[in-house]
This record gives sequence, structure tokens and C-alpha cells, in this order.
Amino acid sequence: MVNTTQEAATAGGDEMRAEIRRLSFSYGDKTVVKSVSMPIYKDRITALIGPSGCGKTTLLRCFNRMHDLYNDTEYEGEIALLPENRNILSSDIDPIEVRMRISMVFQKPNPFPKSIFENVAYGLRVRGVKRRSFIEETVERALAQAGLWNEVKDRLGASALALSGGQQQRLCIARALATDPEIVLLDEPTSALDPISTAHIEELVVTLKQNVTIVIVTHNLHQAARISDYTGFMYLGELIEFGRTPGLFTKPKDARTESYITGRFG
Amino acid sequence: MSRSEMVRIERHLNRRKVADFLFAMVGLLCLLFALLTLLALMYDLARTGVPRLSLDFLASFPSRFADRSGILSAWVGTLCVMAVTAVAVIPVGVAAGVYLEEYAPKNALTAIIELNIINLAAIPSITFGLMALGLFVYEFGFGQSILTAGLTLGLLVLPIVIVTTREAIRAIPNTIREAAYAVGASKWQVVQHHIVPYSAGGILTGIIISLSRAIGETAPLITIGALTFIAFLPTPPVSGDAPYVSFQWLMDPFTVMPIQMFNWVSRPQPEFHVNAAATGVILLAMTLVMNGAAIYIRYRFRKRVKW
Ligand SMILES: Nc1ncnc2c1ncn2[C@@H]1O[C@H](COP(=O)(O)OP(=O)(O)OP(=O)(O)O)[C@@H](O)[C@H]1O
Ligand SMILES: [Mg+2]
Repeated sequence: MVNTTQEAATAGGDEMRAEIRRLSFSYGDKTVVKSVSMPIYKDRITALIGPSGCGKTTLLRCFNRMHDLYNDTEYEGEIALLPENRNILSSDIDPIEVRMRISMVFQKPNPFPKSIFENVAYGLRVRGVKRRSFIEETVERALAQAGLWNEVKDRLGASALALSGGQQQRLCIARALATDPEIVLLDEPTSALDPISTAHIEELVVTLKQNVTIVIVTHNLHQAARISDYTGFMYLGELIEFGRTPGLFTKPKDARTESYITGRFG
Repeated sequence: MSRSEMVRIERHLNRRKVADFLFAMVGLLCLLFALLTLLALMYDLARTGVPRLSLDFLASFPSRFADRSGILSAWVGTLCVMAVTAVAVIPVGVAAGVYLEEYAPKNALTAIIELNIINLAAIPSITFGLMALGLFVYEFGFGQSILTAGLTLGLLVLPIVIVTTREAIRAIPNTIREAAYAVGASKWQVVQHHIVPYSAGGILTGIIISLSRAIGETAPLITIGALTFIAFLPTPPVSGDAPYVSFQWLMDPFTVMPIQMFNWVSRPQPEFHVNAAATGVILLAMTLVMNGAAIYIRYRFRKRVKW
């Protein structure tokens, strides 16, 4: 255990947007996230790194209560949204409300088998937005943010399934951005993309942090080092180390973090 | 590798090839036997029945004279009963399937219900007739009517609709559900915007297959008391006088095509057997068209939605 909270609270005077407090999560009797505590700073990029299977996706999915969709899953601990100090894992809170405020891009692109336009507009549709002009503007803005507008502006009515894998992933990013979320969760958003689209997404993420809080899972350590402000290293379900990105990468405190970032395991 | 070893491997391979060949032959023979029997039956039916087909045959009531008989009351009856069956089974079956897949908690009770639905599909149809006689005819007082018949057949094919609906829904990957929930959709929105539209092809196929099964059912309808000789049509649903629409036809007595066939086959005169064959040709054509439509719809939707 590291004294993450105290150490991080002093980090650079950033304001906390959410705080994970002793969060554990189990699938059945298999505990996959073990008592993780970690701050998420407002308008900053927090990267989660760690070897495959260490629980990064599982932790990220706690944030928008995705695990609620399945049986036999159990949360323990809290994720508090600050400053209101509302625990989004509490059973009094409707998961739909949580998902409206915190949106997510999944590890594998998952567009709906609908048109490109409908995919991006879907978040507005479920909120009951009817005004055509507003929906059109939002779709264009979100597609432009995700760097897809120029490629698809002439075929917004075409099926999203006809796009390439990388285009589909950017479409999913546009879909997540269209609803103006407060926090965006990105699960390895660039693992299916070529270097140019990757650079574009990274640029987008950095621009977004002007008014959105971002949590990003990545296997690409260079990416984490390049774009994130804070990094958490997870190993076997535990958060081993958390801190400002430059510090964590240049002077890791834990031996396991050091082996991982120097490529000795994982 | 030594020479003798290679010879051994080769011999072994040859033995396996012979086994392959033998099995393929036996399989082909079995297939041909089944197909040829079916084709022979259909050919025989068509040879006897097709020359008897005419507009008159479709537009006349049955009569004591074989050459003046027709199937007007039978095909109108079949159509009316099918309409009631469809109206009853589609909403109930689809809703039950959606509920079981998307809403029902996965527990022991649900597992028992699932098992029972599969068992229900295997119950002999005449049992449904007996149950309907007690429930619809006597208990609810619907009489020996089109309504009773439609509901009985609806119950009979309900398991087919539920099972095919569930299969179609299960083919939708969870990632799609997650995508919809992740932008804040409620369960009902997910069902309405994604689950039902994406599984519509499979659901429609199931509905058509269940109706094509119902259209040939005879035993349960005889049990509830369908007439075998009927020389009038149900009350028309629309009329020139107020209140213009009438649901009296639901309560009218009826016959259907397989029963008409059964009636004619059981007569001694060969002319009536020709009538039965002609009715059989029409019934067969109807089922073939329905199954063809089901295959076509499945093919179209497969092409449109790829996961
Ligand atoms: N639905 C599930 N049921 C049971 N166990 C699961 C389930 N999903 C994931 N796990 C297990 O939980 C652990 C953490 O998985 P998770 O997907 O969070 O890893 P990850 O860090 O995202 O890995 P990767 O980098 O490969 O995506 C793994 O051991 C995995 O086998
Ligand atoms: Mg993962």
C-alpha cells in the first residue's frame, strides 16, 4: 500500500473531481480490484497502466456502473464525485444518471448497426433532444473533435459498420463526446489505430482536458508519458503506485513499477 | 523416415480415406432416400390435385356432389383462424422472449420456466385441443368458434415464437448493449432502439415458421369441434351500416383446409379424394411460400446486420 491520497493531494494544487476510496470489485468470488484508493483530478488526464489482466478495464468500468448489467458482481468501497461528495456506487444513485455524466469508450469499437449520424446522435436521442438543428450541430462538432468529420461528412447516412476499425473507434469517441460528459473514460482507445490517427486522438485528448476530466487506460507507456498528468500503476488488482506522470516515470518508488516501465515484465 | 514406415503411414491413410468415402456414400444414400420419398409424395399429390384446381374450386362451398364442391369456406376459415393466431401469438411470444432475455433475473425460477417452454413445444397438439375445449369453449364460453381455434393454435405455437425470439436476441453481442447503456439509455430504450430492431429478422422468421406450423394443424381443431361441412362464410368484419365494423366473425363456426381435406379423404368416392389432393396442393403451396418468405427475410437481415 502506498499513501496515495496524502501524497497526491499535495500534488501541484490540482482540484479533485473524484476520489476512489478503498474500492474492491469481484466477479463472483474472484476479487479483481483490491482496495484501490486514488484521486482523479479535475480537467487533468489520469493514465492507468499495468500488465494485461491486472484489472484496469474492470476498474474503469466501475466508474459508469457497467458491471451493474451483469449478475454476480460486487462493489465494495466508494467512488465519490467531488465537490458534492456523492458516491456513484451507492445503490440510491441511478446508474443511468451516472452514465449520463460519465461516458466511456470501450477497448473494442462497438458502433451500433445504424447510420454514422445516428450513432453519434444516440446519446442526445436517449435524453429526449428533438431539435434537429441542435442535433446536427452536435454531431458535426463531435465528429470533428474525433477527427472523423472530413472522412464521413459526405456519407453520414451510411452504415457505421462500413467504416474501418480505426474509423469505428473514432466514431465511438465522437459518440462519447456528443453528450458533453463531465468525465470521459477511455479504455485503450488507440490500440486499433494507425500512428496518424493515434496522434490525432492524443491531440484531441489533450485539447479536451480544458474542460473535461479524462481517465485513460493504455498499454503504450510512451503515450501515458506523453499525454497524462497523473499515472497509476496497477498490478494484480492493486494500485501499486500513483503520482504525477513525470515523477512516476523517472523516479518510481516501487520496484515493481520500475520493472514494468523499464520493460522487465508485463 | 524409413521406407517401411512410410508404407505403413500410407496404408493407414488409405484405410482412413476408405472410411471417409464409405461414410459419405451412406450419408448420401440416406439423404436421397428421404428426399426422393418426399418428392414422390409431392409429385403424386400434384398429379392428382393440380388438374382439379380452378377458380370455381376456390369460390364454391363444399357440396354433396364432388364436382360441384369447393374450398371457399375452408380457405376463408383458415385465413380467419390464422389472423387470430397471429394477433394472439406475436405480442405475447415476442414480449415473453424479450422479457426472458433482457429483464428476467438469471435464477432457478427462470431456469425452470425456460425448461418448461422447451417442453411445451414437445407436447402433442391434441392435448392443446383438450385443454382449449375445457378452457376456451366451456369455461370462457367462446364456443366452437374462430376465436377459440385461433387462440388454441396460438398457444400451440407460442413456444416456437418465444424460443426463436430469444435466439435472435441472444445473437446480439453484449458490446452493443454496453454501448447503448454507456451513453445513458434506460433498459426500455435499449430494448426499443436496439434489441428489437436488430433481432427483427430472426423474430419475423420465427413468427412465419410458427404460422406455417399452425396452418396445417388438424387434431386440436377437431377436438374443439370445428365443423367438417360448412356452407356459409363468417360474418363480414365490415358492413355498410353503423357501426360498420363487426367482430361477430370471431364467434362464428368455421372449418379449415386440413379438416376439409380430412373430411373428403374419409369419403368412399374417389372424386372426393381428388378434391382432397387439390386442397393439399394449395395448403402445401401456402406453407412453401411462407417458409420461402422466412428464408428470404433471414437472408436479408443477415446481410444487413453483421457482427
Ligand atoms: N466478466 C468477467 N468474469 C470473470 N472474470 C473476469 C471478467 N472480466 C475480466 N475478468 C478477469 O478480471 C481480471 C482483470 O481483467 P481486466 O479486463 O480488468 O484486465 P485489464 O487490466 O483491462 O487487461 P488488458 O490490459 O488485457 O485489457 C482478469 O484476470 C480477467 O480474467
Ligand atoms: Mg482491458
